[in-house]
Amino acid sequence: MARITAGVGCSHVPAIGVAMDTHITDQPYWQPVFAGFEKSREWMKENTPDVIFLVYNDHCTAFDASCIPTFALGCAAEFQPADEGWGPRPVPVVKNHQKLASHIAQSLILDEFDLTIMNEMDVDHGLTVPLSVMFGEHGPDDEWPSLVIPLAVNVVQYPAPTGNRCFNLGKAVRKAIESFDEDLNVMIFGTGGMSHQLQYKRAGLINPEWDKAFLDRLTADPVGLSKTPHVEYLREAGSEGVEMVMWHVMRGALNDEVKEVHRHYHVPASNTAVGHIILENV
Amino acid sequence: MDKDYEDIPGTFVFDADRSREGYHLNQFCISLGKQKGRDAYTADPEAHLAKFPMTEEQKQAVRDQDWNRMLELGGNIYYTAKLAAYHGINFQNLAGLMTGMGVEAYRDMMLHGGRPIEGNRYKKEWGEEE
Repeated sequence: MARITAGVGCSHVPAIGVAMDTHITDQPYWQPVFAGFEKSREWMKENTPDVIFLVYNDHCTAFDASCIPTFALGCAAEFQPADEGWGPRPVPVVKNHQKLASHIAQSLILDEFDLTIMNEMDVDHGLTVPLSVMFGEHGPDDEWPSLVIPLAVNVVQYPAPTGNRCFNLGKAVRKAIESFDEDLNVMIFGTGGMSHQLQYKRAGLINPEWDKAFLDRLTADPVGLSKTPHVEYLREAGSEGVEMVMWHVMRGALNDEVKEVHRHYHVPASNTAVGHIILENV
Repeated sequence: MDKDYEDIPGTFVFDADRSREGYHLNQFCISLGKQKGRDAYTADPEAHLAKFPMTEEQKQAVRDQDWNRMLELGGNIYYTAKLAAYHGINFQNLAGLMTGMGVEAYRDMMLHGGRPIEGNRYKKEWGEEE
């Protein structure tokens, strides 16, 4: 039987990918960002999953304003790194566990989550940056160490799905994975955030107290945390901080009791507070 | 519909109303995410703009690279960032321009922990009407 062993929360700041792709991670600006992922990379080597269910948002790359699915599940055999305006990132093609993805699609829809199914999709930095920070540098001719099932969540046009909806979706994802016959170690990633605002006159907002409380409550009060209203993210964590609803999908898929094995928090990476946590099912 | 986020200062929440107003502006911007669109815009900017039925105000904001005006007219940052990238402006420098602080002062603020939340939650704290 397939099982979920751990969850990872992780920012997906595009400049982190650029720093890796241009080999400047040792510069004083970037060194503290990457130092906090050293333990994560060791942990990934020791616990490499067969499959990562990766919750992220597309940044108007696969979906422009003409089509805005709230939840879109990647069911294609593979996903190419996208050209986001400056050429594709030099990272491996993302390969799916297609049979598990289609099983999850079916299970979720019967569980009343009305998914969009993507049989063709390019993936942008929202998906590839978390893979890069967790697995380290891999060139375009390499392979990622794990298969990846992408779930794209709309957080660009308000409203994103509620945290509660995301948490419950996580529970349904777990149920789907645990009803799959193949013996697989599956991890779930929730990405985005933490506090940041990219636009208009309040750009640059960072709220470390709020971010740290969010990280604390992932273990202390995950259900209460998932009820956080959208306006609180927008006000306290910045207009783009609402991305953090995606972490609730990850948390909802884990046990009620989890062990925090690693945490990293750093300001800034470009406009953003970098947050990262590893939670193991106990 | 009650919009409980309208009292946040210096912020546009990209809701359905803004999305409707900015649709063609945003679709123009996103066309620059692909080489074909960038080439078309470079070859003949007005001809490429004319493919998108924007308002004249929206077109002028594009011509002026007036980043805040684009947001006021329904633009969304993830879209306008493609136009900025076309002009060689990255996300951080774009933010610096939108805040009015300038690129250097903005970068310096971020290095010192970013814009604090205190005093930046409500329009009334900015002396603006809610």
